[in-house]
Amino acid sequence: MSLAVEFINVTKHFKNASYNAVDDVNLEVEQGELITILGTSGCGKTTLLKMVNRLYEPDEGEIRLFGENIKNSDPVQLRRKIGYVIQQVGLFPHMTVYDNIATVPKILKWDKKQIDARVEELLLLVDLDPKEFKNRYPAQLSGGQQQRIGLARALAVKPELMLLDEPFGAIDAINRNNLQNELKRIHCKYQKTFLFVTHDINEAFKLGTKVLIMDKGQVQQFDTPVNISRKPANEFVNFLLESAINSNQSWSLGDGI
Amino acid sequence: MVFGGWYLVIEYFIKYHSKLEKALFQHLQIVTITLIISILLAAAITVLIMKSDFASKLVVNTFSVVYSIPSLALFAMLIPVMGIGKNTAIIVLMAYNQFLLIRNFLAGFHMVDKAIIEAAVGMGMNDWQLLGKIKLPLAMEAIIAGIHLAIISTIGIATIGATINAGGIGTILFDGLRTQNTVKILWGTILAAGLAFVANGLLNLLEKKMKKVGT
Repeated sequence: MSLAVEFINVTKHFKNASYNAVDDVNLEVEQGELITILGTSGCGKTTLLKMVNRLYEPDEGEIRLFGENIKNSDPVQLRRKIGYVIQQVGLFPHMTVYDNIATVPKILKWDKKQIDARVEELLLLVDLDPKEFKNRYPAQLSGGQQQRIGLARALAVKPELMLLDEPFGAIDAINRNNLQNELKRIHCKYQKTFLFVTHDINEAFKLGTKVLIMDKGQVQQFDTPVNISRKPANEFVNFLLESAINSNQSWSLGDGI
Repeated sequence: MVFGGWYLVIEYFIKYHSKLEKALFQHLQIVTITLIISILLAAAITVLIMKSDFASKLVVNTFSVVYSIPSLALFAMLIPVMGIGKNTAIIVLMAYNQFLLIRNFLAGFHMVDKAIIEAAVGMGMNDWQLLGKIKLPLAMEAIIAGIHLAIISTIGIATIGATINAGGIGTILFDGLRTQNTVKILWGTILAAGLAFVANGLLNLLEKKMKKVGT
C-alpha cells in the first residue's frame, strides 16, 4: 500500500517553550488507515496535526502527502483537499446547515445540483434528516448535532485525508459513543486516511487502526492497539495503559478520583 | 407673550424658509460626503492594520488623540494649511470619524470566535473569502454601530463648521448668536437637534431589523 502521510525528521519549536512541541518525528501513515494520536495536553499531538494542513510550519524536516512535499503546494489549495474538524466545531453561525456544508464545494464552483445532492447525501451519512436540518442555523442544533455537521462539512469534497482534532472532546458520553461508532462506519465506508487526535485512551484504542502515542513532542509508540497492549514500548506507554485500567476500575467502583 | 414668540418663529419660517432649506441641504451634503469618505478610508485602514496588534493599537491611539482635540481648535489648526470653507470642515469631520469607525470595526473583527476563523482557514478559505464570507458578516453589528455613532457625531460637529464658513445649519445658529436673534437660534437648534433625532431613530430601526434577519 502506498503512503498517505510521511513525517521526515519533523521538529517544531514554539517561542518561550522549554522543549520542542514536536521533536524529530519520523512517521509513515499508510493510505486508508485511521490513526489516533494519543497523548496528554501539551505533548505535541495537535501541533503535529496542524503541520499537515500548514496551519503551522515545521522548523525542521519535511512532511509529504501522497508522496509530495507539502512545502511545494499552496497552503490554501492544500487545505481544500484536506478535511478538518476541530473540538469547538467552528460552524459559521450566520449560515444554515446547508451553506455550512456547501462552503468548500461553493469555493470550488460546483454547480448547484451537484451541491444539493452532496449535502443531502452527507446529512444522511451523519444520520440527520436532510429535510429537517438543511435550513437550520447552528444555534438551533445540540452539541452532538453540531459536530455531525462539522464532520459532514469536512467530508464535503471527498477529501483523501481527514484531520480531526479532539472532535468529540466536548460532547457528552452517550453522544460521544454514538459519534465514535459513526466515525468508524464512515471510515470503513470511504477507506480514506484519517488522523484523529485525542487525549482519551479508550477512544484512541477503540477507533484507531493504529495508535500513535506521544509524549514531550516525541513518538513513544506507533502500532496497532493490540500490539501496544501486548507489548508497551516503554515506561511511559506502560504507565498510560495502567492509568487507563485504573480509571476504569475506579469508575466501576463509583470512585470519582 | 409665549404665543407671540411662537408666532415669530413661524413667521420666520414663512419668510425665510428657502434659507433654512439651503442650510439643511448644505448640512446633509457635508455629512454625506464626510461619511462616504470616512467609511471608505476607515475600511481600508482597518483591513491594512487588523492583522497586527501593534499597528491596531498605534492607529487607534493616534486617532483617539485627534478625537480628543476640541473641534474649534482643530478647525483653527487646519485653516493655515487648507484655508476656510467646506473642504476643511470635511477633513476635520473625517479625522474625528476615523477614531469612532476604526475602533468599532476592529472590535467587531476581534469579537469573531477564534474557532470559527480556524475552521474557515483550515477548510481553505483565502484572506478575501475569510473577510467577505466570515469576518464581515459576523462583525456587521459592531460595524453598523460604529457607523451609527459616526453619523450622529458628524451631524453635531458639522454645525461648528459654520465658524469657518463651511455652511450648513451652524450658519443659522451662529448668525442668531452673533445678532442675538432668538428666533434664528431656535431654528438652528430645531434643525440640528431634529436632524440628529431623526437620523438616530432611523438608524435604530435599521439595526433592529438587521438583528431580526440575523437570527
